[in-house]
Amino acid sequence: MTGLLAGLVANLIVIFARFVTAVRGIWMSGPPDTRPKVYFANHTSNGDFVLVWAALPHRVRSRTRPVAASDYWLTNPLRAFVGREVFKAVLINRNPEERTEDPVQLMLNALDDGSSLILFPEGKRNMGPDRLLPFKTGLYHLARQRIDTDLVPVWIENLNRALPKGEILPIPIICTVTFGPPIQIALNETKEDFLARAQAALAKVAETVERPRS
Amino acid sequence: MTMPLPDLTSLLAGLGLFMLVASVAGYVLQLWFSPEGDNPVIENLNARIRSWWAMIILMALALLAGRVGTTLLFAFASFAALREFVTLLDTRRGDHWAVAVAFFIVLPLQYWFIATNWYGLYSILIPVYAFLIIPMIAVLRGDTERFLGRVAGIQWALMICVYCIAHVPALLNLEIPGYAGRNVMLIAFLIIVVQGSDVAQYIWGKLLGKRKIAPSVSPSKTVEGFVGGALSAVVIGAALSWITPFGPVRAGLMAFVIVIAGFLGGLVMSAIKRDRGVKDWGHTIPGHGGFLDRLDSVIFSAPIFFHLTRYWWSLT
Repeated sequence: MTGLLAGLVANLIVIFARFVTAVRGIWMSGPPDTRPKVYFANHTSNGDFVLVWAALPHRVRSRTRPVAASDYWLTNPLRAFVGREVFKAVLINRNPEERTEDPVQLMLNALDDGSSLILFPEGKRNMGPDRLLPFKTGLYHLARQRIDTDLVPVWIENLNRALPKGEILPIPIICTVTFGPPIQIALNETKEDFLARAQAALAKVAETVERPRS
Repeated sequence: MTMPLPDLTSLLAGLGLFMLVASVAGYVLQLWFSPEGDNPVIENLNARIRSWWAMIILMALALLAGRVGTTLLFAFASFAALREFVTLLDTRRGDHWAVAVAFFIVLPLQYWFIATNWYGLYSILIPVYAFLIIPMIAVLRGDTERFLGRVAGIQWALMICVYCIAHVPALLNLEIPGYAGRNVMLIAFLIIVVQGSDVAQYIWGKLLGKRKIAPSVSPSKTVEGFVGGALSAVVIGAALSWITPFGPVRAGLMAFVIVIAGFLGGLVMSAIKRDRGVKDWGHTIPGHGGFLDRLDSVIFSAPIFFHLTRYWWSLT
C-alpha cells in the first residue's frame, strides 16, 4: 500500500516538474544503461534532485536514489515519507558528532544493491557568482572504493530561476539537464587531483549548454 | 454542445488527404535522397510532417470538442509559449512575483473571460490592467537594476503569448448574422491560411528561393518564398470562402492581410531570437522548434483578423 502510494506520488512529482520546467535530458554520450552509476550535479535549488530524476528514463529513474541530508528530510512525517518512500533517498547526517553510520558506507551499500546515486558534491546550494563551489570529499571516497563505477557529471540549467532560494512557488521556466561523458578515478590519483578533475569535467558540461545572452 | 459541423468534417477529411499526400511525398523523397537518414533537409522535412500530423489531430479534436476544448487548447498553447518567452528573458530574482502573477493569475483570467464572452474585459485585461499591475508588483521587490527592460519584457511576454494567442478562441464569441454555430470555421480558416502560408513559403523557398528578403533577421527567408507563399495563401483563402461569412474576393483579401501580418510577425519574433542569441524558442515540437516557432505568424495575425471580422461582419 505504501509502495503504491509512493509510486503515485513519485509520478505526480515528475508530472509537476515537467509542467513547470518542460525538462529535457541531453545525453552527451548516449542514453544510459541501468548499471549503477554516480550522477554528480551542480546545486542551486531545492528542486535540483527532482529535476535530474525527471530527466532520467523511467527504467533508470526507478533505481536511482538521491543522497540527501537526514537533518532536513526527517524533520516531519510528510518529508520523511517523501524522502524515504518516494525518493528512497540515502539519508546522511551532516553533523559528524551525531552520526551512527559512515555516510560513504551507506552510499556504497546502495551502489552494491544495484542503485545509482545522485549527489551534489558542492555540499550546499551555490548562491554566489562562481559557477561551482569547491567539491566535498565524499565523491572521492566513493570513487576510490568502487573504481569501476561510472561517475557522470550532470549540469542542471535554469532551475535556480524557476525556484530561487527563499521562494515557495516555482515559476515556469524551461530547464535542461545535461549528462556529460562519465569519468572514473585513475589509479594512484590523489584526492585533490581527482576532485579538481571531477569539477573541471562538470564545468566543461556547463560550457556546452546553449543559453541566451545575459 | 453542438453536432459536429458537416463543413468541419469535410474540411478535416481534405486536410487528412493532403497530409497523406505529404507523408507519401516525404517517404519517397527519403527513399531517393536520404536512404541512410543522412540528408538533414529531408530528415527535417519528415520530422515536420510527423509533427504536423500530431498538431492537426490535436487541433481537430479541440475544434470538434467545441468551445471548451478549443479554449483549453489555446490556453495550454499560451502557457507553453509564455514559458518559452520567459525562459529567454533576462529575469532577476526581483521578477519572481510579477512572473508568477502573469502565469497563474493573468493567463487563467484572460481565458476565463474569453470562455464567458466578456469582451469588455478580455480586450483590456492585459493592455490595461496587467500593463499597470506588473510593474507595481515588480517595484515592491525593490530591485531597480535594468528595471524598465525587465518589466517591458514581462509585458511583452503577456501581450505576445497570452493576449494575442487568446484572440484565436475569441473568434468563437463573434455574432455574425447567418453564421450562427459555425464560428469554429473562422478558427479553421485563420489557422489554415497562416500555416498554409508558412508551408507554402517553405516549399517555394526551397524550390526557387534565391534572393534573401531579410538577411540580417532571418537568413532562410527569400523573396521567392514570400511571394509564392503569399500568393498561394491568398488562393487558399479565396478557395476556403465557403467556410467563412466572406465572399471569395473578401476571403482572399482577408488571407492577404493575415499573410502580411504573419510574415512580418515572424520576422519580429526572429529578431527577438537573434537579439537573445538563440536559434529556436524551444524543443517541444520535433522539426519545428518550440511552440512560439510554430505560432509566431498566428500571434501577429489573430488579433487583426479578429477585429477586422468583428468590425465588418459581427453584430457585437
